[in-house]
Amino acid sequence: MEFPRLTSVADRGVLVEFGDTVTDAVHGAVLALDRVLRDNPVPGQMEVVPAMVNLLVVFDPVVTDHAAVGDTLLARMHGLQANAVAGAEHEVLVCYDGAFGRDLAAVAQAAGMSEDAVIAAHLAGDYAVFMYGFAPGYAYLTGVPEAIHLPRKAAPVRGVAAGSVIIAGGQCLVTTLTMPTGWWVIGRSPTRVLTGDAARPFLFDVGDRVRFRRVGPDAMTGAA
Amino acid sequence: MARAVLRVVQAGAHCSVQDGGRAGLMRFGVPGSGAMDRVALTLANHALGNPVGAAAVEVSLGGVVLEVEEGALSVAVAGGGFVVETGSTRVGSWSVVTVRAGDRLTVRRGPWGAWCCLGFAGRLGVEPWLGSAATHALSGFGGGAVAAGRRLVVDDARIVRERAIPCPVWARPPGDAVAVVIGPQERFFGVEQIELLLDGRFYLTDAYDRMGVRLRGPSLAPVGALGIPSEPVMRGSVQVAGDGVATVLMADHQTTGGYPKIATVVGSELDAFAQLRPHAAVGFRAVTPEQAVAMARLRTAALSRLLG
Repeated sequence: MEFPRLTSVADRGVLVEFGDTVTDAVHGAVLALDRVLRDNPVPGQMEVVPAMVNLLVVFDPVVTDHAAVGDTLLARMHGLQANAVAGAEHEVLVCYDGAFGRDLAAVAQAAGMSEDAVIAAHLAGDYAVFMYGFAPGYAYLTGVPEAIHLPRKAAPVRGVAAGSVIIAGGQCLVTTLTMPTGWWVIGRSPTRVLTGDAARPFLFDVGDRVRFRRVGPDAMTGAA
Repeated sequence: MARAVLRVVQAGAHCSVQDGGRAGLMRFGVPGSGAMDRVALTLANHALGNPVGAAAVEVSLGGVVLEVEEGALSVAVAGGGFVVETGSTRVGSWSVVTVRAGDRLTVRRGPWGAWCCLGFAGRLGVEPWLGSAATHALSGFGGGAVAAGRRLVVDDARIVRERAIPCPVWARPPGDAVAVVIGPQERFFGVEQIELLLDGRFYLTDAYDRMGVRLRGPSLAPVGALGIPSEPVMRGSVQVAGDGVATVLMADHQTTGGYPKIATVVGSELDAFAQLRPHAAVGFRAVTPEQAVAMARLRTAALSRLLG
């Protein structure tokens, strides 16, 4: 099948797929089209949802239709330059100490390294906001160093606090809700992804870069 | 300014503040939320002279009982065939009634329908989140759950004429098959699975909340779709898990998911679909994307005639 592939969704969407599997080039194309559509929306465009290999364009069926949106999208994709624009950079604070990093020992054991080495590996990662999903503000970050890639736990653990820094496979996430998760809890962040700022309610946009910086438990005072 | 205060005496599961929803934030993991039956919300508000997307209380099959502590106001109930009782008066959904301090207002399940909207003439005092009072069930963000003990404050409370609200025939649960557009991941399904979706009989199950409803019926097991990358989903997506069980995603759906979508329910069918109760039978019929767009336009025209 040739890419990009456009598929009509219900009465109000066009799904644009750049590949079947996740690669830097495929995701780069998703980000590039996302930026084009942010700067220059398709007539009737309601919202754009970027994901791993594809992006959904939701439109108002009263003012346009799949064919018109598809034609405009194809024109916009002509000469599309992946990674033409670098995302913004953010620093996210993380405290690994004590109960905040409740799974640190287990991760260290599974990875065959010390807890300090796990922390160093996590801090060394150069992360990118890959996609939001699951719940408000759940930004999936890629870039976890290979040495601490672990599969999810066999069963989810309940009541993992909002603000937890969790990892699974090559992905890292700073949670926004207290929820069950099967990911490994290696720290807690006082940095809020849901900022509470009406002008900029989400800390990241898809495509942004993230670095973690270690803080001590004193920085967690007042954190949930 | 006239003010009315209503105390929640009793409320069933999934009872929450909803409005027209918050569009445009799926890219941040935030679904549209809003009323499960948007037609009901629109018509309840319209009957009261409110903006059509104003915040209201969405009532599930568990019903709700309110007591007016202060003031007087008219309320409208639209959606489904619920029973509305105030003192000795008993009417059905699709009614405007007026209640006063000391009155008890009961909305409970009736002969048909799964959700109704209880609108208040005036402004329901709720804290919006990201521009909307719609409650997102998983996080509780927005106007919030409506539970016993909560006080609902309505500012600029008004009294309007008591009357019946015409219930459009298309606000009733689907009498025949629900229109879907096949895909967008139909390539993970065999011809037989698509045929089963369209010819088979399905039933809604008790695994039903504002996020979606799981169906019981023929297995639609996908082929080779394990581990597909997470993709955007929308209200109406019919996603199929590895075990062949289909789920129709509703107002509070997750914004991305790794299950293939065999079909997507046409937007104008979703409000009536939401009125089906657990264990109700449902079938699906395929329409083209062009037909789906025509349906959306017809619905918008019909609704604007009602609001005209």
